[in-house]
This record gives sequence, structure tokens and C-alpha cells, in this order.
Amino acid sequence: MRGTRVRLLAVSLAVLLVLCVLSLAIGTRFVPPNDVLPALFGHGAGDIEALIWGVRLPRTLLALLVGAALGLAGAVMQALTRNPLGDPGLLGISAGAAFGIVVAVAALGVTSLYGYLGAAFVGAAIASAVVYVLGSAGRGGATPVKLALAGVAITALLTSLTSGLTLVYPEALNRYRFWAAGSLAGQDSGVVVRALPFLLVGIVLALAMAGALNSLSLGDDVAVALGRRVRLVRVQGVVAITLLTGVAVAVVGPIVFLGLVVPHVARAVTGPDQRWLMPFAMVLAPVLLLAADIVGRVIARPGETEVGIVVAFVGAPFFIALVRRRRLAEL
Amino acid sequence: MAALTTVRLTTPPVSWVVRPRLLAVSVALCCAGFLLFCLGMTVGDYPLSLGQVLAALVSEGSYYDQVVVYDWRMPRALVGLLVGIAFGMAGALFQTITRNPLASPDVIGISAGATTAVVAGIVLGFGAGIGTQTLGLAGGVGAALTIYLLAWRRGTTGYRIVLVGVGVAWMCTSATGYLLARAKLHEAQAVVGWMVGNLNDATWGRVVPLLVSMAVLVPIAVVLGGWLRTLSLGDDVAVGLGTPVQQARLVLLLSGVGLVAFGTAAAGPVAFVALSAPQIAKRLAGWPVPPLVTSGFAGAVIVLGGDLVARSILPGTQLPVGVVTGALGAPFLLWLLTRANRAGSGG
Repeated sequence: MRGTRVRLLAVSLAVLLVLCVLSLAIGTRFVPPNDVLPALFGHGAGDIEALIWGVRLPRTLLALLVGAALGLAGAVMQALTRNPLGDPGLLGISAGAAFGIVVAVAALGVTSLYGYLGAAFVGAAIASAVVYVLGSAGRGGATPVKLALAGVAITALLTSLTSGLTLVYPEALNRYRFWAAGSLAGQDSGVVVRALPFLLVGIVLALAMAGALNSLSLGDDVAVALGRRVRLVRVQGVVAITLLTGVAVAVVGPIVFLGLVVPHVARAVTGPDQRWLMPFAMVLAPVLLLAADIVGRVIARPGETEVGIVVAFVGAPFFIALVRRRRLAEL
Repeated sequence: MAALTTVRLTTPPVSWVVRPRLLAVSVALCCAGFLLFCLGMTVGDYPLSLGQVLAALVSEGSYYDQVVVYDWRMPRALVGLLVGIAFGMAGALFQTITRNPLASPDVIGISAGATTAVVAGIVLGFGAGIGTQTLGLAGGVGAALTIYLLAWRRGTTGYRIVLVGVGVAWMCTSATGYLLARAKLHEAQAVVGWMVGNLNDATWGRVVPLLVSMAVLVPIAVVLGGWLRTLSLGDDVAVGLGTPVQQARLVLLLSGVGLVAFGTAAAGPVAFVALSAPQIAKRLAGWPVPPLVTSGFAGAVIVLGGDLVARSILPGTQLPVGVVTGALGAPFLLWLLTRANRAGSGG
């Protein structure tokens, strides 16, 4: 089993590498893969180098980071809430980001790219914190069902307020709808640099709790008996999810479906052990995101199709086929 | 377990079970719903008192009052009442069948299908001829059929229906986002206004199909509601208790789908009602699964109350009801969650 898993992970990584090269090569202007590597190391033609370093590399890196973040966050979320519907946006993070953007445009008059990103991230973080506090109030603390329902309630609340604001401020609706479609285009390397520290902290926090999540899957009582500090694990999980998902949705829009599907796929491949599930989710999610992004650049030439819709139309049939083929592990 | 009192009579020899808390909560919600129904009809450019509305309802009061109540305001109030009941009951059906509190029709793709159909109609321009109501109905039923067929593999399971539904929902949602990003701004605004749920365009023409469909679907759901209790124990136990699991699930799901599809066609996918009403009813009544009829009353209270608030906070504007139902239902559900019952299970 262990050998199989290692081989599968190696194959997935190889696929990811191929997709990275393709992502650097394919676009409005095709760069032959032979020219990609020289350009990457500064030996290519000037215009190709500018194209790769200025546009395609940041975009590819962003897809890798955001994909890994969403896949990992989804795995943690499903383990934490013990709910197969646990997508990374469940703690109100997507709705918080959307609300942040709309408020920034409608009330504060923000117009810069970094302004939107910051507002979205702050909105996501606040929403998630509020959900955790409300979900852990009352007796019993933050049980999975209470967390999930608190997240849904805050999502509904913020979505209502977002709709209300977008109906009154057309400018906010305009910005919101392009964010909501979900796209990797139009980002620069500054975004990558700013997102990286948050994502790294989130990834470390998430990976460090794999063993604890395994215990938690046996139920709170068993986890306590096994010496886990359940409340601490939950806080750690929520912080990790917030960092990973908050940054990801702020940058590319609410493509949280990725974080819902990929852990299911990973679970079908490797079983429920989080120590294997998490690395698989981290590799498979960028595979899907990059593939969808490349397809989106090609199918509607000379225009582009947003990666959000491609992910859904590639990922959902795959997901449905998987659900039909085998009895997925119920959480 | 829920409190119950057994009533026994010796002559005639009958006995039945009374559950005081469930009964009290149901009656209270029903009364609150009727009060909000009447209060909603007092609001408008021609203010009426509650007494005038009640008088007009029993065919008394001035002729003009009766015209205002019956011709102008009752369609809106009725659509609100019926949509609330439909969404509340449908939510209870879905959540019990799938045994997942997150499995509202918003999550498992039926509302999303209706939304995509309507948005496509508005943005691609073929909607004007067909009508929003027909499009919404077709989209909702189409999505539900797709989900059921895709989840069918030697029978269905609640789990598979939910997961397939989530996949379908995401395809529909992203298609909506795609269309929205390509629409003209004023079209996008019209779409958002419909998407949050709206009672502003209610007419008798919208009430009638909804009323007829509910007259069929609600009794079916209530009569077969006994199966919900056994289905909620899991398929194996339900089979052991003699429930025809596949047929029960199919019929109950179909009635739930019908309720959602007709409700969405009449008022749009009013945010959060189908998800919150069953959870609120369940927690108020201290019941192990969402009680079907009580959930319907809770839904009606949320929608009618939401509409009343929507028209009161910004007088003169037509704020869509869906903006308020989320903002109103969410804090209430959160408050109920924070005072979760024994063992803090809250579930």
C-alpha cells in the first residue's frame, strides 16, 4: 500500500510538472516548450522572456499556490466538520471575501488591485473568526454540526447584505461579478509575493495537524482519550483554513468547489489517512486548477474563459462519475 | 427525546400521543404566520389598520378596502405565505432524507438550476417570450431530474444524491457566474434582484399555479411524512422497519422538488429559508428530526416577516425579501445554536 501511494504521488507530481510547462507555453501567443526553459533561465529571446517572466510565470505560480491551498483547506474542513459537503468556504470565508470587496467598492471607494485583495482577505478573516466564536458558544463548544451551521448562517447573512449593496451600488456589482466568475488572469508577481507568507503559514499549520485530525475522525471522546486537545486542534484548523482559503479566494474568486472535490478524489485514491490525504490533495488540486486554466485559455480564442467555470465543468462530471463508481467513504 | 403525553380514553377505547411542546410551537408559529400575513397587507401607499384588513377578509368593511386587500395586496401576501411553507417543508424533506443539515435545495442544485435557466433567459434574451416563471420551473425540475438520474445506480442513497447534487449545483452556479460576467450591467442588476428572491412582482397569475401545485404536493408529503422518521434512521434500519426505502425516497424527494421548483418559479430562490426553517423548527420544538409541518410554518413566518421588514426599513423602495430573510434568519439560527440542547450536540 505504501509503495503504491508513493508511486501514485510521484505520478501526480510528474503530471503537475508537465502542466506547469504547458501553462508557461500555452496562451494567446504560443511559446514552444523547447524555448520555455531557456527563457526561464535568462537565455531566451527578449520578448519571450518578458512574456514568461511577466505574465505566465506569476499566473502559473499563483495557480500552484492557490490550488494547493484550496485542496489542503478542503481536506482540513471535511475532517474538522466531519461533513462530506465541507468545502473551504463553509466557515463563511467566500461570503466574507465577497462582502469585503463590495464594501470596499461601495463604501470606501477602493479602486486598486491590492485594495480589493486586502479587503477580500480581511472580510474572509473576520467572517471566519465570527463563525468560530458563534459556533463554539453554548455548551459543548465547537461541535462539527454547530460550526457548519454557524458558517452557513453567516454565509447567508453576508450574502444577503452583499446582494443588498450590489443592488444599490452598480459599481460594486460590476467589480463583484468579475471576481465571482473566478479568474487567474490579470495578476502580477506582486500578488504572489504578498500571498506567499500567509499561504506558507497555513500549509505548515494544516500539515502539522494531520495526526490530530486522524484521531478526531474517531469522534471527540476518543480523540480526548487519545490525548488530543480537541479545542486546540479546532482552533488550529480554523486558522489554517482561514489563511489558506482567505488568500485563495481573495486572489482568484470563490472557486471553493476545488476544495470540495479534490479531497474526495484523494480519499478515493489513498483512503482516509490524513497524513496521505493532505499531500495528495495538495498535488491534485493544482493539477485540476492548472489544467482548467490552460483549457480556459484555449477553448474561446482569442478571448479567455474564466477558470472558475472550467473547473466546475471539468471537475463536476469527474466528481459525479466518482460518486457513481464507488461507495465513497462516509465521513 | 421529545416530551410526549399519552392520552387514553376507556369509552370509546382509543389512545393517542400528544406532544405538548411540538404542538405548542406549531400552533404558535401558525398564529404568528397568520398575523404576519395580515400585517403585510396593512402596509402600502394606502395604509389600512389591522382591523380594516381583517374586516375586508371576511367581506366586510368598505368596498375600497376590499379592492385594496383582495386585488392589490393579497397576491403578494399569499405568494409569501405559500413560498415560505413550500421552502420550509421542502427543506425538512431534503434534510431528513439525506440526513444532512446542509442539504437544502440551495445546496443540492435545484435552486441553482432554476437560477441558471432564468439568468440565461434574461442574459441571452430568450426569456421574455417564455416568462420567468416557466423558465424557473423548467430549470428546477430539469436539475432535479438530472441529479436523480445521475445518482441512480441500482437504487439511490441519500449520500449519493447530496454529492451528485453538489456537483450539479456547482456547474449551474459557475454557469450563472459566467453569464453574469458577460451581461450588460442593467441585466446583471435584474438578475441579482431575481436571484435573492423577490415578492415585488406577485400577481394572482403567480398565486394560482403555486396554490394548485401545493394543494397536491403538501398532502402527499404530510401523509407520507411518517416514512421520514424511519428514513432518518438510515437505510438499513428503515428496511428492517418495513419502509419501502427506494419508493419512499423517490416520492418524498419528488414532492420536495415540486415544492421548491414551484416556489422558486413564483418568487425566486428566497435565500436561506429552506435551510434555516427546518433547523429553527427542530430546535424550537426540541425534536430529533426537522418536523415537516412545523418547518412549513417557520418558513412562512420567515418569508412574511422578512417581507414586512424589507418594506419597512426603507419605505418607498422595493428591497427584495431575500436580502432580509438571510439577514433575519441567520442571527436567529445562530442564537438557537448557541443555546444548544443537552450534551451540546446542537445537531
